[in-house]
Amino acid sequence: MATEVLTQKENKGFSFGKKERALLTDPLNDNNPITVQVLGICSALAVTTGMKNALVMSIAVVFVCLFANMITSMLRNSIPKSVRMIVQLVIIATLVTIVELTLKAVAFEAYKQLSVFIGLIITNCIVMGRLEAFAMANRPYESALDGLGNGFGYGIILLAVAFFRELFGKGSLFDYKIIGGSAEYLIDTTQSWLFGWYAPNNLMVLFPSAMFVIGILIWVHRAWNPKLVDIS
Amino acid sequence: MHSTKSTLLFVLAMTTIVAVVLAGMSTGLKSIHDKNEALYAKKATLSAVADHLGMDFSSITNEQVIEVFNSQIEQLVLDAKGNVVPQAQVNELYKGGLAENIDLGKEFKKPGDEQLYPLYIYTKKDGSKYYILSARGKGLWDAIWGCIALKDDLNTIAGVAFDHKAETPGLGAEIKDNPSFKKQFIGKKLYENGAFRSVFVRKGGAKDPVYEVDGISGATITADGVTEMLKRGLKYYEPYLKTVKG
Repeated sequence: MATEVLTQKENKGFSFGKKERALLTDPLNDNNPITVQVLGICSALAVTTGMKNALVMSIAVVFVCLFANMITSMLRNSIPKSVRMIVQLVIIATLVTIVELTLKAVAFEAYKQLSVFIGLIITNCIVMGRLEAFAMANRPYESALDGLGNGFGYGIILLAVAFFRELFGKGSLFDYKIIGGSAEYLIDTTQSWLFGWYAPNNLMVLFPSAMFVIGILIWVHRAWNPKLVDIS
Repeated sequence: MHSTKSTLLFVLAMTTIVAVVLAGMSTGLKSIHDKNEALYAKKATLSAVADHLGMDFSSITNEQVIEVFNSQIEQLVLDAKGNVVPQAQVNELYKGGLAENIDLGKEFKKPGDEQLYPLYIYTKKDGSKYYILSARGKGLWDAIWGCIALKDDLNTIAGVAFDHKAETPGLGAEIKDNPSFKKQFIGKKLYENGAFRSVFVRKGGAKDPVYEVDGISGATITADGVTEMLKRGLKYYEPYLKTVKG
């Protein structure tokens, strides 16, 4: 992919030009970690039952991606090649533990709900992949942009999946009740003449539905973006 | 190229820095973590009597939880014979000396006659009392625990709250997340003609309207764990409940 070609010789300052913008926007669309590279699927299945969980997870991954990329890039010339994978893992694990400790202090309920999945960011291929493919060969500035881009690329898909799953599964968004069979909901299906036939589908809350939603997202994304059409 | 010596030095330096940073952060945040943990446990206890609090439990604030706990809840620690253990004596084992400080997991490892059990008595604004008992058992993967609120006849269940350490989301974890599972327990009874019977979570659907509730599909072992936990855990309170009944 085009992003890997950047070298330190081409860029010296902290300018924000076409290439830098590509670092940020490529992972959102043409090179999306989930829909194009098909990485990080496991956590995308697990934490997308609600928008709130997906948002907290996205923020955590953006944070880890950004700083792991930056730190690895700063150390890239001093990391001994023979242990570079271990060093990268230690950097990621440290950041994830920091996220976990912080969440436990400021957002305890979210921490309880996400529990193991925060720890599993360590094994998220997106983070490790970016360190190996990009941060080990580029300056901290570009690496930071790349980390941010990939974090956002992951987050945007997570939120999209969670949107469909929470809305159609529970009838709510961010726990705000939108559509369902009682007076607490914005659209009360027992009263509304338009939505009287509608009932939330419990399957959407279960894991298989995340597979369907991600699959459909990948399909739509590839059909819509001409660069992703496989000509062979 | 890096020599073996410089590689070792790098790894050593990195590990030291990481260890210092994480250890520092963990100790620094410990007091906040403990506070959150305690509050979470209090909220879980209160959720057993959620229908009787006189406010919407889903939007309850942390301050309200603490206020209810301070003003309307009496905490007792019981021994195996049903006697109330004085706070000073509990203090030797648990800092704080209150029912909320007791770790049931630790208690169940002791010999039977030395165990201590926490009890919360919630007094509603109209004066009626609810007895909240605690139980702890095993699910499929790890520990499960719960609070069971009894009405003042000390027989009818007024509400339950379960929690678990590592049950599967969507299956075993439903004992905590599924409100309709917990709702089934309301109105169920523990004693049949004065003899302890407990509530049975039956796979395939309850057969007895008073002593059984429906199981959860795909979570048989967790449900059996709940049955076992209730049967064993609530029995421990029998001596005390008898003295209260008189």
